[in-house]
Amino acid sequence: MASGIRDKVVIIGMGCTPFGEHWDKGADDLIVDAFEEAVADANIDRDQIDAAWFGLSHDEQSLSKSAISLVQALRLPNISATRVENLCATGSEALRGAIYAVAAGGSDIALALGVEKLKDTGYGGLPERTKGTFDDMWYPNVTAPGSFAQLAIAYAEKHGISMDQLKEAMAHVSWKSHENGVRNPKAHLRKTLSKESIVRAPMISYPLGLFDCCGVSDGSACAIVTTPENAERMGLTGNLVSVKASQIAVSNGSEMSFGAWDGSYTQTTRIAAQRAYAEAGIANPREELDLIEVHDCFSITELVVMEDLGLSDEGRAWRDILAGRYDRDGDIPCNVDGGLKCFGHPIGASGLRMVYELYQQIQGRAGERQLVNPKQGLSHNLGGFPNRNVCSITVVGQY
Amino acid sequence: MTKRGIVSLGGYIPRQRLSRKAIAEAYSWLRPGGVSNAKGKRAIASYDEDALTMAVEAANNALRDVPLDKVRKLFFASTSMPFSDRQNAAVIAEALSLPRNLFCADIGGSLKSGLSALRQALESGENAVVVAAEKRAAKPASAQEMSFGDGAAAFGVGDSELLAEYLGAYSVSVDMTDHYRERDSKYGYYLEDRWIRDEGYLKLIPESIAGLLKQAGVAGGAIDHVVMVGPDLSARKKISSQCDLSVNALGDDLYDVCGDTGSAHPLVLLAYTIENASPGQLILVSGFAQGCESMLFRVADDVGRCKNYSGITNSLAQAKPSDDYVRYLSFSNALDLDWGIRAERDNRTAHSVFYRKRDAVTSFMGGHCTLCNTKQFPQSRVCVNPDCRALDTQVAEPFKDKKSYVKSFTKDWLAHCYNPPFVYGNVEFEGGGFVMMEIVEAEDQELGVGTPLKMTFRIKDRDAQRAYHRYFWKAAVVAE
Repeated sequence: MASGIRDKVVIIGMGCTPFGEHWDKGADDLIVDAFEEAVADANIDRDQIDAAWFGLSHDEQSLSKSAISLVQALRLPNISATRVENLCATGSEALRGAIYAVAAGGSDIALALGVEKLKDTGYGGLPERTKGTFDDMWYPNVTAPGSFAQLAIAYAEKHGISMDQLKEAMAHVSWKSHENGVRNPKAHLRKTLSKESIVRAPMISYPLGLFDCCGVSDGSACAIVTTPENAERMGLTGNLVSVKASQIAVSNGSEMSFGAWDGSYTQTTRIAAQRAYAEAGIANPREELDLIEVHDCFSITELVVMEDLGLSDEGRAWRDILAGRYDRDGDIPCNVDGGLKCFGHPIGASGLRMVYELYQQIQGRAGERQLVNPKQGLSHNLGGFPNRNVCSITVVGQY
Repeated sequence: MTKRGIVSLGGYIPRQRLSRKAIAEAYSWLRPGGVSNAKGKRAIASYDEDALTMAVEAANNALRDVPLDKVRKLFFASTSMPFSDRQNAAVIAEALSLPRNLFCADIGGSLKSGLSALRQALESGENAVVVAAEKRAAKPASAQEMSFGDGAAAFGVGDSELLAEYLGAYSVSVDMTDHYRERDSKYGYYLEDRWIRDEGYLKLIPESIAGLLKQAGVAGGAIDHVVMVGPDLSARKKISSQCDLSVNALGDDLYDVCGDTGSAHPLVLLAYTIENASPGQLILVSGFAQGCESMLFRVADDVGRCKNYSGITNSLAQAKPSDDYVRYLSFSNALDLDWGIRAERDNRTAHSVFYRKRDAVTSFMGGHCTLCNTKQFPQSRVCVNPDCRALDTQVAEPFKDKKSYVKSFTKDWLAHCYNPPFVYGNVEFEGGGFVMMEIVEAEDQELGVGTPLKMTFRIKDRDAQRAYHRYFWKAAVVAE
């Protein structure tokens, strides 16, 4: 068994732009903004960074497929830089690349930066893109809401609950995120919503209404990482946040084409979670996670993921949600920064934006959103569709 | 001499039936008297159907229980073939998984083409499939917009286990231009109906029928069913009288429930007649176009076997009434609607990929792992069963005729679709196999987990930039 990443890497600086419709900024501007915050936060000379991982999923109209865009925007001194793309797990994938480079001794100080400039694509919602030359010939031209909506159909069927009951729980998820987002100056959507307005919103993909869907926005987030030993040498001995686990689980087609999956959960989350808990030494996630940032691309995704992460019993997440278990004053606060629901989802940036919240909370720097003394948190991304996806789970905590 | 004839049949009339009154009401400002004369309904193909897809549907019905490897020839007749230069019949043949060493022919250019194809198939001396289908464009507000219908009919042709024995044909070929359509024209141009009736129908059809009756040595009065495509009922009665046919033998032209399906109509009506005929009865079918083609059949003793096929009668019973004229205009490309940015998606087809994968795309062949028995789509080198994952153990597994059910679904208003909402979901196949598929014929239907589905060959995507469209199978909600 691999020894894993636990406590081998610490985060010494992070940055995150406000997420939103940045009509006045390009991706290169957002890269600069996130980076400058992180460099200032780490209090290092930028030329100390010797490697970078650049997460970018969709936006190839203003940026190229390589990592040149990153290095060029920041005028970095010709360091090694790698572009990564793994659907909605792209930001987490960039972090994974950076921490493993540092852990392996290939880099002293590495940068992980994710960005996406969705609003220049001209679309409301995610832009159309190819699924590949063959899959385009047979797979329906589905949307993300339509694909995730089917989780709700299968979940309601499996657990014998009515769609009205499930919609009520889903509305609570979105309501809770908006309550949280109001407190976050970097969130895109900072307005509370009544549960009634959520349930009554126009239908996007049955049974998901408009407010079951996360926003679409531009943004960038980044992390600067090094080893604890380097951090100590640099005099960074304060409230350090270390990486406890970094796991990726990727669908192999069995959910899509084999009968064992019933469509009501995300198989890869269950696998990645078990690996991440083992890596982080978490025996009881319900007790040991102080907050979580999960991939609430749609309200139903957050709902089923509560079970997939082992935080709710199977078939019980909808009840736990309604009981407030994942509210900011609940047992396990979920998406206290407002989540994808209020930040929107600039694909390449989201994973790092989630870790940014965990980092700030653990350091006690979350301002109005600050929870009471959180020590360890988990972030989760689900890229793709429920039947075919990439799941990333990152656990960070006090070093 | 070996008897030859029709051995199987299939029909397909699209479910949507637009009321002619709805059309007339849309033009009441133009033709105030039109509403009271508008009777019945016409069949309209969906946005993702064309003559080729309807042909696949009808031919697939006709090929039920027919050993595919015995089929030697496929004839496809239509005046509205989607491809002018790419053999449409070859696409149909692959969709039906017919053998490679098949003779294929597209027969078009005239409303005669359906009967021409049937005659060629019957006289070819080999087992053949003949299918005719039409989705004809009619100019908005034209008489043809009212009278046309979309649909298809198919026959298996051979020399054993006949449904109807072929007794002969008689052709009259005359360049009488009742209408025409030049190569690049979307709509036909139609001449005055009284001239067509008097100089065309009433002269050329009797010449053909009389010639056939004489050739066959059969008296007009002995014909039990007369199918005559072109003239209206009044003219058909006159022709019957001219040819000593019984007026009672004139059958329903399905104008009220379907409309005129063009080159397919003689075959549609012939199939419908055979389905409802008794052993020993004689059927005469005539089609007018640049002269007249007439054919004679005797219903075989085994005609009761028709009930095993999904023919015209069955298809007509699945009608879903519609008053949505604007939707029809869109489905028939007569209206260029604003579909938004998602319709701008580049649907370029990688043809080398398509050629490599056309068993999957056109024939809906998946894989069957010979080691663990898992059925899967698409076929792949490594088995999808997590407990198997064997390499190169899969053989081709046909999916198109499997029973299937909804496993999950959504109705998506965000996705681009020419008939929103875009309905799709995970489809479970009996015996194994799960495929995310488009679901069609779901308008006004309550979908649920377990709703039965049936595979149907449809247009998957259009590539306006390169004037191309590609096909794949979709899951149709089984008619109630």
